[in-house]
Amino acid sequence: MATVRIIITLKPGILDAAGQAVRQGLHALGYDQAGDVRVGRYVEITVADGIAPEDVHQMCARFLANPLIEQWRFEGLDPNVGASPARSLRRPRPEATRQGRKTDRPGLH
Amino acid sequence: MSPTLPRLDPAAIGLTPAEYEEIRRRLGREPNALELRLFGVMWSEHCGYKHSRVTLRALPAESPRLLQGPGENAGVMDIGDGWAVAFKVESHNHPSAVDPCNGAATGVGGIIRDVLSMGARPIALLDSLRFGSLDDPRVRRTAAGVVAGIAGYGNCIGVPTVGGEILVDPRYRGNPLVNVVCLGLVRTDRLARARASGPGNAVMYVGARTGRDGIGGAAFASEELDECSEREDRSSVQIGDPFTGKLLIEATLEALGTGGVVALQDMGAAGLICAASEMAARGGVGVTVHLDRVPLREQGMSADEILRSESQERMLLIVRPEAAERVAAAYHRWGLPATVVGEVVAEPELRVTHGDRRLASLPPYTLADAPAYRPVASEPQRLWDLWQIEPLPDDSGPQDALLALLASPGIASKRAVYEQYDHSVQVRTVIAPGAGDAAVLRLPELAPKGLALSVDGNGTLCALDPYRGARRAVAECAANLACAGAVPLGVTDCLNFGNPEDPEVFWTFRQAVSGLADACRALRIPVVGGNVSFYNESPDGPIPPTPIVAMVGVIDDVRLSPRMSFRGEGDLIVLVGDPSGDLAASTYLRVVHGLDRGRPPDVDFELHQRVLSVVRESVRAGIARSVHDISEGGMAVAVAESAIAGALGADVVLPAAPRRDSALFGEAPSRIIVSVGEESAAALFALADASSVPVSVLGRTGGDRLRMTVASAGPKRTDIDLPLEALRRAYDALSEVFR
Amino acid sequence: MRIGVVVFPGSNCDRDCVHVLRDVVGQDVVEVWHGETALEDLDAVVLPGGFAYGDYLRAGAVAATSPIMPAVRAFASSGGPVLGICNGFQVLLEAGLLPGAMVRNRGLLFQCRTVHIRVESTRTPFTRGLREGQVLRLPIAHGEGNYYAPAALLETIEEAQQVVFRYCDAGGRVTPEANPNGSLRNIAGVCSPQGNVLGLMPHPERAAEEILGSVDGRWIFESLVACLEARVPVPVG
Repeated sequence: MATVRIIITLKPGILDAAGQAVRQGLHALGYDQAGDVRVGRYVEITVADGIAPEDVHQMCARFLANPLIEQWRFEGLDPNVGASPARSLRRPRPEATRQGRKTDRPGLH
Repeated sequence: MSPTLPRLDPAAIGLTPAEYEEIRRRLGREPNALELRLFGVMWSEHCGYKHSRVTLRALPAESPRLLQGPGENAGVMDIGDGWAVAFKVESHNHPSAVDPCNGAATGVGGIIRDVLSMGARPIALLDSLRFGSLDDPRVRRTAAGVVAGIAGYGNCIGVPTVGGEILVDPRYRGNPLVNVVCLGLVRTDRLARARASGPGNAVMYVGARTGRDGIGGAAFASEELDECSEREDRSSVQIGDPFTGKLLIEATLEALGTGGVVALQDMGAAGLICAASEMAARGGVGVTVHLDRVPLREQGMSADEILRSESQERMLLIVRPEAAERVAAAYHRWGLPATVVGEVVAEPELRVTHGDRRLASLPPYTLADAPAYRPVASEPQRLWDLWQIEPLPDDSGPQDALLALLASPGIASKRAVYEQYDHSVQVRTVIAPGAGDAAVLRLPELAPKGLALSVDGNGTLCALDPYRGARRAVAECAANLACAGAVPLGVTDCLNFGNPEDPEVFWTFRQAVSGLADACRALRIPVVGGNVSFYNESPDGPIPPTPIVAMVGVIDDVRLSPRMSFRGEGDLIVLVGDPSGDLAASTYLRVVHGLDRGRPPDVDFELHQRVLSVVRESVRAGIARSVHDISEGGMAVAVAESAIAGALGADVVLPAAPRRDSALFGEAPSRIIVSVGEESAAALFALADASSVPVSVLGRTGGDRLRMTVASAGPKRTDIDLPLEALRRAYDALSEVFR
Repeated sequence: MRIGVVVFPGSNCDRDCVHVLRDVVGQDVVEVWHGETALEDLDAVVLPGGFAYGDYLRAGAVAATSPIMPAVRAFASSGGPVLGICNGFQVLLEAGLLPGAMVRNRGLLFQCRTVHIRVESTRTPFTRGLREGQVLRLPIAHGEGNYYAPAALLETIEEAQQVVFRYCDAGGRVTPEANPNGSLRNIAGVCSPQGNVLGLMPHPERAAEEILGSVDGRWIFESLVACLEARVPVPVG
């Protein structure tokens, strides 16, 4: 079993109003060092061993993301399995897990 | 499941030694650790109403149209032709202080489910909010979060937010108030209740799975907030899911349609244990709950956590066994869990089991019936000083004063707020937020009848005189309803106060309840239910005493309901009621001169009724082109608001008065501005004369400026002469605050 | 005429659409559960507003995978009129039945107010009964109504006259001030190349009765019914 971690953001050129608002908020709190902010979505999927990166790309292209307006990248898969597409695969790195609340639903926050 | 809990110090769960003794006395034995925790939450102030119950008995709860008074999840009143309205108000103050967005959102969810528990389809929401000064960035973040939370939840669940109010006062800084009203529609023969009955009936759990949300929430609401609260208490705040809430509404209404549901209740404060014990207590029966059958979403939850969890969007149903499958199917169709977790038994015992282990056994009535106290009340001496307003400040600069009032948060346009709320879903909204003094809904089921809704309250006024302030809130609601042509039907109240163990705070509570009771009796309308929120204190001190009143009224012909906006050039602007205004306790004195002083003038309900009757008659006769109640800011603000709303200026002359500012900005109840076409003036005067109500023509609509003058013996002058544009700009002062 | 209103879990405006179609426009209306796989004998299909599946992932994304959608797709392919209102529009976009995509309102806030839209094309069954340039006053209520299409696609849509409504002022002028959410070219509604599938963000069902403040929305439904009754073929000339 592996956990693939997918990050989905708006394509460059699409107005990221949420990113702009977050940047303003950071500046208001005194974090002037904060530059450009992009706000996206993070999806974690537990998958069976042997799944190919191309399958994950398909999941993204068909459902998890809207290719017209979003781009994606993911990590967590064994890079030796299946064909490596043009998009880069990051080496998995340890992450602090965060127990907590759903925060990915637009409109509620 | 976790092993037995360690022995607890009663104080650690909020019980006093005397309460602990009472528990032992009633049980005839020591409670075990789990049982003690259950008492801790059920006997918290939030659930048990220990300090308020005795005082609340003063509220009138009788009316020929009352179908359900206090004691159930919402009050219900008959509106004719086989239909009824269920309505109630709830507070979610403490959670909103800690996590404004989720706190407010779950407040909306909870009150919607309370109305749903009566078998009613929720059709409208209103919210009454109080914040500290909006100059404080932290307050602004809280306010924006609260509004976002209400919007996010209400919009998604598909219940329109049709009205509300926002007032500010520095004393709410550390403790904002979020009171939410919900109204639902139900056929009188489909009214549901939360009274368990029928030994052998199934206890069915429906809705979202149970997690650790809000553990200790009910007890948390009964404590004061301190500086650390924000970080530590975040775990106590519940997270709501309006999508599941919407599914729950549809599935529940479908389930009720099967006829197999005997009783139901929302699992809100104190979750499963509260719903089970209250339903059993009301029915005088017992209930057994099998914890191993409760759908969970987290591992290793203890019995205590399962019983007290405040995970949202869950309800408890009592279902006839032969109907259980059909009822569950309704929930499954909508993708929601529906599981039988227990049964009703004849013996009045609330039994909690897990597998073959019996974990708790308590008489339901004991849990649901917390001790009722008679707290000490002591009148604060400082009020007498505060009532003195002499020497009054300079009576100058009426133009600047008007602009300052229009820009003040209590009066300024709340468009930036209500445009975030979906106010037209369900296609009933005839008069939307900002357009009139009351929200107006049509009832296609009973066409051309409609409903008018208003929520009002003024803590700043109540701090100066809680008795009169409460009466004014009721009078204000009734006046707002009359502006739409509605007759008051019933009231639900939310009483927000500080620590009831403080004798001065409790005095204000008793005074407010007394004022509320007297006012409702004078109007001959019942208080169908409500909510008490105590312990609203922060390091800054207690909040001002803030009784909030929500009133529902019935309109005979909703097609005739006017808005507040001036409509036609050359219409006559008529004052129904006495022109004299009082500066005492006025918004003008506070906003323009920084003086929070004076004794608020009381309401003469006999006169008030006559004034409202004249206004209603003018609406029914179809002659009222615009109607607007005079409240905060007095006459000048009321005329300005009608001018701004209608994009139509006015020329007004007020009768002479000892002071110019008291005429323009003085406040007093029982005064309403009606604009009529010239041809209808005589008819309006006749209506007023027939009821011996003072009536006078103030001026005419027209042009694009507002001109107001107070008549005087001296040289002719215009006291206020402003273009509409300037008024509008001032009125839009809050447009950047809620983004 | 028999019109189906699809109900997804989380749809809010289905009952409103049923009410208008049945009680105001006087047609036979059936609710079509999202879990069904066939549309039975319908003359038109409406996807109503709301928050189908809580707008999880993206507005309309999960609903676009509902069991009923292949049948809706087939109905649209055969020229059947399909109307997507607000969330329904978002579902049609995600399902690929309409071109483009929705992102969050430019101001980030949910917007509930009345706007004006201008009729750009009368080539659809829903607008055949209207005039080009006609201004309609309708309510909007959405948080993700910011229409987007990449430049090339946008040109294609414009040239093919698939832009059906644009946000405008009361006088019909398409201005930035009249744009409530940042949509490219003030686009408020688009149709499919054949014109039988229309999506719009404003709510015509909330403006179909005098008492509610505007009847401009009614004409969209009346136009549809007139086309159906006259058996006007698609594409509408």
